[in-house]
Amino acid sequence: MIAMIDVANTNKTFTMHLQGGIELPVVSGVTFHVNPGECVVLSGPSGAGKSSILKMIFGNYRCDSGRIGIRHRGALVDLATAEPRQVLNIRRATIGYVSQFLRAVPRVATVDVVAEPLIVNGLARVDAQTRAGELLHRLNIPERLWQLPPATFSGGEQQRVNIARGFISDLPILLLDEPTASLDAANRAVVVELVAEKKRQGVAMVAIVHDDEIRHQIADRIVDVTSFAAAA
Amino acid sequence: MADQDMLENDEPLLVAKSLSKSYGRIAACRDVSFALYPGEVLAIVGESGSGKSTLLQLLSGQLAASGGQVSYRMRDGVARDLATLGEAERRFLFRTDWGFVHQDPAQGLRMAVSAGANVGERLMAVGWNHYGRIRDTASDWLTRVEIDIARIDDAPRTYSGGMRQRLQIARNLVTEPRLVFMDEPTGGLDVSVQARLLDLVRSLVAELHLAVIIVTHDLAVARLLSHRVMVMKGGRVIETGLTDQVLDDPREPYTQLLVSSILPP
Repeated sequence: MIAMIDVANTNKTFTMHLQGGIELPVVSGVTFHVNPGECVVLSGPSGAGKSSILKMIFGNYRCDSGRIGIRHRGALVDLATAEPRQVLNIRRATIGYVSQFLRAVPRVATVDVVAEPLIVNGLARVDAQTRAGELLHRLNIPERLWQLPPATFSGGEQQRVNIARGFISDLPILLLDEPTASLDAANRAVVVELVAEKKRQGVAMVAIVHDDEIRHQIADRIVDVTSFAAAA
Repeated sequence: MADQDMLENDEPLLVAKSLSKSYGRIAACRDVSFALYPGEVLAIVGESGSGKSTLLQLLSGQLAASGGQVSYRMRDGVARDLATLGEAERRFLFRTDWGFVHQDPAQGLRMAVSAGANVGERLMAVGWNHYGRIRDTASDWLTRVEIDIARIDDAPRTYSGGMRQRLQIARNLVTEPRLVFMDEPTGGLDVSVQARLLDLVRSLVAELHLAVIIVTHDLAVARLLSHRVMVMKGGRVIETGLTDQVLDDPREPYTQLLVSSILPP
């Protein structure tokens, strides 16, 4: 099977110039791959570098060395060295990211926040909104909220909007940063179901999940991040 | 998706090569090179005196460079060196394919003539002569920038700061330019007015597939609008890359200082 994500020997250190140039090693020698239809969960205590690895796979953090291989439209691209506009194309067509918090855009209605990734990829607005509505409905966001901007919603509601936005696309790679953190049991179950559907569609996923039960339900493999601990 | 593939293979719209400008012994801009593609939004950030406004003037051909060159791909697909364009050609470019949004709307608008005329004037400059069509298009654009049509015959001097700025944007976009330069477009506005304007600019840019070069000292503006960012200091580009990458994982000491200076909302 051809891996969708192939991370090899990746290193990351932060240099804090404002604190006298101290170096904060984050991870070193990160190596793992993810196949289509597989969900790999990163495990390890807080501060082990799980989120940093996810951000490097999305191109949000740079890596100091190593390779972030991404299968994008049939070809292997090294995200670590890709040009900014290529990274943007990869995000549009290949990698989705569900962050812990919704970065709300002022004044945009919830249904449009969720529909946007489909519209960007050329789907008609009405069709995109219909699909956004279906997903919001599944995630128990009441229809009377759909036309409101999510900025004033509760933390849990915002996270569900964020999840809907992340899961709506048909992208072949999804990165999930604690998607169930502030959800109740019913909504956690919906997320587990959504992950299972994505697997059946062949989507490759990397997730960070603190809840043992959820991890048990979605993980096909666990990668222990402490094995990539950088020598401090 | 065909259009997406095309996006990856297209040609740059504007290319700057080793652009420099000095005033006597003072170098305002040193050795700046980059390529801008159609639909791409590039933010130039840095503090006052970093050279970002000088760079914008060089890129838009309003200031002659001391060294280097800027080439622009015209609508016929041919890339031309801006320095070789005649005055008439340059002005035509400014009236049609380019827009320039100034920080102070009074610089980009005619304050004493009506809002409708401010927008219509750009159309007349490119040969429109049917009064009814010009007025319809002007009304349409006022609506798009959320200005009440009832105010079409009022002069912008009677408008609020936020309305003036939105009118300036309408005036610039009515000729369907491919490239718009913006110099601190939210600079003089209240925070709530800023948010509305940014949101409007963000959706227009995406809808019209505009390329934008925006100068701002406000990193929140850069984050909301731009794909890519160039950080300037002392006339040099010291760091450049994907906007979220540069802002979330800044490398250079100066960029780290800029990012850490933002007050949390």
